[in-house]
Amino acid sequence: MYGTKLNLGRRQFLKILGAGAASVTATAMGLSTAEAQVAAAVRPYKLLRSKETRNNCTYCSVGCGILMYSMGDGARNAKPRIFHIEGDPDHPVSRGSLCPKGAGLLDMIHSKNRLLYPEYRAPGSSEWKRIGWDEAVKRIARLLKDDRDANFIAKNDKGQTVNRWLSSGMLASSAASNETGILDFKFARSLGMLGLDCQARLCHAPTVSALAPSFGRGAMTNHWVDIKNANVVMVMGGNPAEAHPVGFKWVIEAKIKNKAKVIVVDPRFNRTASVADIFSPIRAGSDTAFLMGVVRYLLETGQIQHDYVRAYTNAPLIVRADYSFDEGLFSGFDAQTGNYDKTSWTYERDADGNALRDPSMSHPRSVLQLLKKHVDRYTPEVVEEITGVKQAEFLRIAGIIGSCAAKDKTLTWLYALGWTHHTGGAQIIRGAAMIQLLLGNIGMAGGGVNALRGHSNIQGYTDLGLLSTRIPGYMNLPTDKQQTLAQYLEETTPRAMQPGQVNYWSNTPKFFVSLQKNLFGKHATRENDWAYDLLPKWDRSYDMLAYFDLMYQGKVNGYIAQGFNPLAAMPDKNKTSKALSKLKFLVIIDPLVTETSNFWRNEGAFNDVPTEEIMTEVFRLPSNCFAEENGAIVNSGRWLQWHYAGQEPPGEARHDPRILGEIMMEIRRLYETEGGACPEQVLHMTWDHDTYHDPHSPEPEEMAREANGYALEDVYDDTGKQILKKGQLLDSFAQLRDDGTTASYCWVFTGSWTEKGNQMANRDNTDTGLGNTPGWAWAWPANRRILYNRASMDEMGNPWDPKRQILHWDGEKWTGADVPDFPATLPPGSPAQPFIMLPEGVGRLFSEKGMVDGPFPEHYEPIESPIAGNPLHDQVVHNPTTRLFRDDAERMGTRADYPYVATTYSVTELFRHWTKHSHLNAMLQPEQFIEIGEKLAADKGIAHGDTVKVTTKRGYITAKAVVTKRMRTLNVAGQEVQQIGIPCHWGFEGETKKGYLANTLSPGVGDANSQTPEFKAFLVNLEKLEGASA
Amino acid sequence: MNSQNIIRRSATSSLTPAPQIRDHQVEVAKLIDVTTCIGCKACQVACNEWNDLRGEVETNVGVYDNPRDLHPDTWTLMRFTEHETEDNGLEWLIRKDGCMHCEDPGCLKACPAPGAIVQYANGVVDFQSDNCIGCGYCVAGCPFDVPRISKKDNKAYKCTLCSDRLAVGQEPACAKTCPTGAIAFGSKEDMKELAATRVAELQERGYDNAGLYDPAGVGGTHVMYVLHHADEPGLYAGLPKDPKISAVVEGWKDLLKPAAAVAGAVAVGAMAAHFIGVGPNTTDDDHPDGRSGLRPEDETDTTEAGKVTNLPRHAAE
Repeated sequence: MYGTKLNLGRRQFLKILGAGAASVTATAMGLSTAEAQVAAAVRPYKLLRSKETRNNCTYCSVGCGILMYSMGDGARNAKPRIFHIEGDPDHPVSRGSLCPKGAGLLDMIHSKNRLLYPEYRAPGSSEWKRIGWDEAVKRIARLLKDDRDANFIAKNDKGQTVNRWLSSGMLASSAASNETGILDFKFARSLGMLGLDCQARLCHAPTVSALAPSFGRGAMTNHWVDIKNANVVMVMGGNPAEAHPVGFKWVIEAKIKNKAKVIVVDPRFNRTASVADIFSPIRAGSDTAFLMGVVRYLLETGQIQHDYVRAYTNAPLIVRADYSFDEGLFSGFDAQTGNYDKTSWTYERDADGNALRDPSMSHPRSVLQLLKKHVDRYTPEVVEEITGVKQAEFLRIAGIIGSCAAKDKTLTWLYALGWTHHTGGAQIIRGAAMIQLLLGNIGMAGGGVNALRGHSNIQGYTDLGLLSTRIPGYMNLPTDKQQTLAQYLEETTPRAMQPGQVNYWSNTPKFFVSLQKNLFGKHATRENDWAYDLLPKWDRSYDMLAYFDLMYQGKVNGYIAQGFNPLAAMPDKNKTSKALSKLKFLVIIDPLVTETSNFWRNEGAFNDVPTEEIMTEVFRLPSNCFAEENGAIVNSGRWLQWHYAGQEPPGEARHDPRILGEIMMEIRRLYETEGGACPEQVLHMTWDHDTYHDPHSPEPEEMAREANGYALEDVYDDTGKQILKKGQLLDSFAQLRDDGTTASYCWVFTGSWTEKGNQMANRDNTDTGLGNTPGWAWAWPANRRILYNRASMDEMGNPWDPKRQILHWDGEKWTGADVPDFPATLPPGSPAQPFIMLPEGVGRLFSEKGMVDGPFPEHYEPIESPIAGNPLHDQVVHNPTTRLFRDDAERMGTRADYPYVATTYSVTELFRHWTKHSHLNAMLQPEQFIEIGEKLAADKGIAHGDTVKVTTKRGYITAKAVVTKRMRTLNVAGQEVQQIGIPCHWGFEGETKKGYLANTLSPGVGDANSQTPEFKAFLVNLEKLEGASA
Repeated sequence: MNSQNIIRRSATSSLTPAPQIRDHQVEVAKLIDVTTCIGCKACQVACNEWNDLRGEVETNVGVYDNPRDLHPDTWTLMRFTEHETEDNGLEWLIRKDGCMHCEDPGCLKACPAPGAIVQYANGVVDFQSDNCIGCGYCVAGCPFDVPRISKKDNKAYKCTLCSDRLAVGQEPACAKTCPTGAIAFGSKEDMKELAATRVAELQERGYDNAGLYDPAGVGGTHVMYVLHHADEPGLYAGLPKDPKISAVVEGWKDLLKPAAAVAGAVAVGAMAAHFIGVGPNTTDDDHPDGRSGLRPEDETDTTEAGKVTNLPRHAAE
C-alpha cells in the first residue's frame, strides 16, 4: 500500500541500467534525446474559466466563505459539477482559510454515500427497494395523516384546547438553510407536532438557557474577528483549535499582535492547549467549582471593575428576605416533584414594582453580598479537591483572569460543548457570564462570553424556534394553561424592574402577533385572537430525550429525521435503536447515508439488531446539500450569510423545500378532500398559492423575505406619519405592530431583506474599526456585531478604554464602528441601562427566576461520578432538578463497576458523523480511537495501537488506543481519577473503518435547564482486547 | 515558471543547459511557524484536493499521524511529537513535513534522468514526471527523506510548491488554507523578515532558543520553519539538525565509469562533457566523513520493512 521509498545502492542502479542501458546511459551523460527534450512545464492551472460560485462551509459555525468551482463556464449546455473548493479570501473571518473539514468539502458533495433516489425498506426486510417520488410522497402523506387523525388531541383532560399531535415527531436539520428551517417549522406546527427538535438540543441549548437570563440574549456576545482584541483568551469547555480552527485564527492573532495570554483548562491536553501559554487539566464535570472559585478569588481580592459592577450589573439590587441557600438547596425546593418554587428568587420591590437598590452594595441582601456568601465555600483548597486543579495553578490562572478587571484590559471567554454537555451545563455557562460581568467585559471589544456554536446553521435553527416548546425569535410556545392570547401575552411580556429601562421584550405582543399573521395569514384575525388556538399547546417538554423515551415506550408511531442522525448523535445508542425499532414508520430526508436510516440493518457486533423483527417502515428521501441551494445560514457571531448553488442535486435528489412542499401539499389535498382532525390547523397555515409561487416547491428567496416580514397594510408611526406602504418589506423590527398590519416570521431577522435588497448577501468587508465589518452579510439583531456595546462606555458615554471605543455620542445619536445596541437617540446620562433585553436593564449576577436550578451556580456531581459524594454537601450530590427517566436511571453505572471518567469530543480532522463520508477526511482519522494516559495504559498493559474495549452500563465499543502524555492522572477528593477521551466520529457507515457508534456509551440524562445530554462526563470501564480488531 | 526560467535541470550538461534567460524572478518561500501550528491537517487536505490526490484510508496505529507517512499521493503531512520539558511541562510539537525546496537540491543533483527534476528561478524544485525513470536516486539524494515512488507508474512524486498556482500568481494551496496562518507564503526575503518578528516574539515569551530553520547545508530552503527549539530540530519528528546533500553523487562517479565503458569511446567524451555540466553541482567533497542523507541499507531494512517496492531492493546482494 505504500509507495516505494528507495535507497538504491550502486549494484541496484546497475541492474536498472541493465533494463534500458543504452538510452538511460546516453541521457545520463547529458546527450540530447527526443525524450529528454520534453519541455519542463508546470501543470496547467485547473480553474481557468470555470464557473466560480460563492457559498459558506456547511460544517461548523465559523461560517467560512468558500469559492466553489464547477465544470463549464456557465453556458447552458454545460452541466455544472463542482470540482474544486477553496476559501474565499474576501471573507472577513476566514480570509481564504479552510480547516481540514472545509478543505475537504468536495468529497462530501461527491461522496459515494450520497443518496440518489427515494428508497423504501419494508417491515422486517433486510434491504432497500428503489421507489418513485410520487409513490413515496403519497405513502408518507397518508401515513402522517392517518396517524394524526387517529391520535390528534384537540382538548386535554381538563377540556382545554391544546390542538396537538404527539404520536409523530420531527427532527430538523442544523446545516440546512434558514429558508428550509422556516418550512420545517410550518410543516411540524401546522400538523400540531410538539415532538419537534433540532440539533441545538444536543449542543447549545444550555447557552440560550444561561446567557438569556444573564444578559438578555442567548447568543455569542461578540464575533469571531473580535477575539483579536482580547488581552487574555480563556478557553474552557471548548477546544476551538480543533472544533473551530478558522475562528481560532483570531486567537493566534490576539496572541501575536496583542501579546494575549491563552489559557486552556480542559480534561485533555488538546490542540488548543498545544499553542496555549497555560494548560491545566481538570476533572470532567467539575467546571462550576473552578468558576465559583474564580468568582470568590475576584471578590476577595477586589479584582472587579467596580464602576461597571455598580452601574451595569444587578450587584446593588436587594433580594427578597425569603431567598436562601443551604446545604445544596435553594429556597423553594419541592422534594416530591424535584422542582423549585422560584417565588423567592427575585428582588425586593417598591410599590411601583421596581427593585430596591443599594448603590454601596453593602446591604446584606444585596446581590453582591449574597454572591460573596454563596461562593465563600469555593476556596482554592476546595477547588482542588473537586476539580483536581492544583491550587498553585488555579491561583495563577485566577490572577491572570483578575488582571482583566482593569478598564483597559479584556478577556474573551471561549466555550462550546465542553460546558453544555452536563447536567449542570447551563449553570457552568452562568459562571463565565458572572465572571465577565464582574470584570466589566460584556459589551467590550475583546470581551464577552463567546458561545462557539456547533453546526453551520444551528444558530439559525435556534433563532427560528425549531425546538419543542419554542417559537421563532426566542418566544415560547404557549402552554395548556395559557388558554387565551391575553393570558399568554400577560405572562410572557416582562415589566421593567428598574425605572426608565428599555425593556425591549415589552414589545412581545408585536413580535407574536406579527408571527401569527405570518403563519396564518388572512386566517389570523383580531376576532380569533390571531388564530391563537391553531398553535399547539404543551403540557410538558417533548425534547429529544423525552421524545425518544416515549418512543422507547412504544408511544410514538411516526418520525421524520431531516439532516439528522439520531442513532449516532443521541446518547445511549442501544436505547435509541430500540426506540426506533418501535416506530411504525420513519422518514429520512438526507443527502447522505446515515446510521439512523440503516438502524434496522445487522452490521454484526457494530449494530447487532434483529432485522426481521423490526417492523418499522423506512422511507429514505435524497435531499440537496449546501452546495446545491441558495439560502442563508447563521454563524456563531449571528451573521446571516447568503449562499448560492454551484450545481444541481445529484441523481433524483431534490431540494428540501420541494420534499417538504410535495408532502405538505399532498397532506393538504387529503384534508381538503377527506377532512380529518382539526383540518384548519393544516389548511390555514400559509403554505399555499397566496404565499409561494409554487407551494410544492417554494423558493428560498420567498421564505427569506417572509422571515424579514412585510407591511400588510399601510403602517403609521405614533405621530400619524406613514412609514410603510402596504406590501413593503420591513426595515426593522421597530416597525412591527400588534394590530395585524405587519407580518414577520422571525422578528430578530427583520432587516435582513428589505426594500434595499438582500442584506445577507452584502459583501463589503470594510473594517469600520476593531475588526467590525457591518457591510459584510447581516447580523441579528439590527446588524449589531457586538452585543450590549453600550456597556463599553460609562453612563456618561465615556469609553472604559479609549483604545476600545466602539461607539460615541455625536450630539444627536450613538454612532461608530458598530450599530449601537441601544436606542440610538437616547443620550448619555439616561436612566436606561445597556442590557436592553432585561427588565432590570443590567446584567445579572443573580439570575433572578431565569434558571430552574438556582439563581447562583452550584457544583453538583455528574450523574455518574467517580467520587463517593459531593464534597460540598453530602445529602445533595447531583443537581436536584435533573430529570431522569426511569428507563434511563436503570442504565446508569456506579464507580465500583465503572471506575474511569470518560468524556466525548470531536477532533479537528472530522466533523461529527458527516465527514466520515468524505474520503479526504476519512484519510486523516480513519478509525475509532480513544485517548488514555500513560499510567492507566501501564496499569492495564495497553500499548499504542492496541485494541481496547470500553464499557458502560449501556453497552460497549472497541477502539484503538492512543496512549498519550496528554491525558493525566488527577487527584480528586483524596483519590486518583483517570480520564479517558472518546472522540465521537465513526460508525458503521462511511469511508472510515467500520466500527461502533461511540454514543453507545454516553448516558441519557440532560442539563436541568435545557435537557441537553451529559455527553461530557460519565463512567466507563476499560480493558485490553487480545487479538481482536476494532 | 515556464521553460525559460529553469536555473537547474537534472543530469544536464552545461553545454546544453535548460533555457533560463527569464530568470529575473523573486525567490519565494513558505514559512511554517511550528509554534502557531495546531496540527489540524487542513494543509494535507488542501494539498490532496488541489492536486487531485486520494490516498488510502489506513488504520489508527495509536498516534495522530495519518496517513502514517509521505506517499506518492500524500505530499505533505503532520508529524506529532509529545515532548516533556525540563520543568515537567508538556509540549505537543507538530511539524508539517514535506519538500523543503532546497536552494541546493540533493534530489536534482542525484537524478540521472535529464530534466526529470528542475529548479525554477523562483526557487521551486519541481519534478517533471514525463522524464522520470523511477530509479529512486532522488529519494536517496534528499536529506529530508521526502520523495516517494509510486508503484502505479514507477515515478517519483513530491510537493510542487503548487507551481501551477504560483504560475498564475496564487499562493500554494496549503498556505492559503492554513487556519491559524502558521503557513505563510511570500518572497523569501519577506518570509525571513516575518520569521525574525516571530522569533523575537517567542524569545519575549521565554523561548530563548527560538529560531529560523533555513539550513545552510543545502544552501537554505524555500520552505522554512520557525521553531521554539531551533537548537534541537530533532525534537520535531527528526528534523535534521544539519542537513547536507547526500553522498549519492559519490556513487555517480562509480556508476558512470562502468557505464561509460559500456558506451564506448565516443561516450567517454560525452561523459567528460557531462561532468563539466554536473560537476560543479556535486558536493561529495562536502562529506569527507561519508555522512550523508543516504541511509545505510541495513537501517532501511528495518524501517521500511512494510513497504512494497516494485524494484528489486537487494537483488544484487
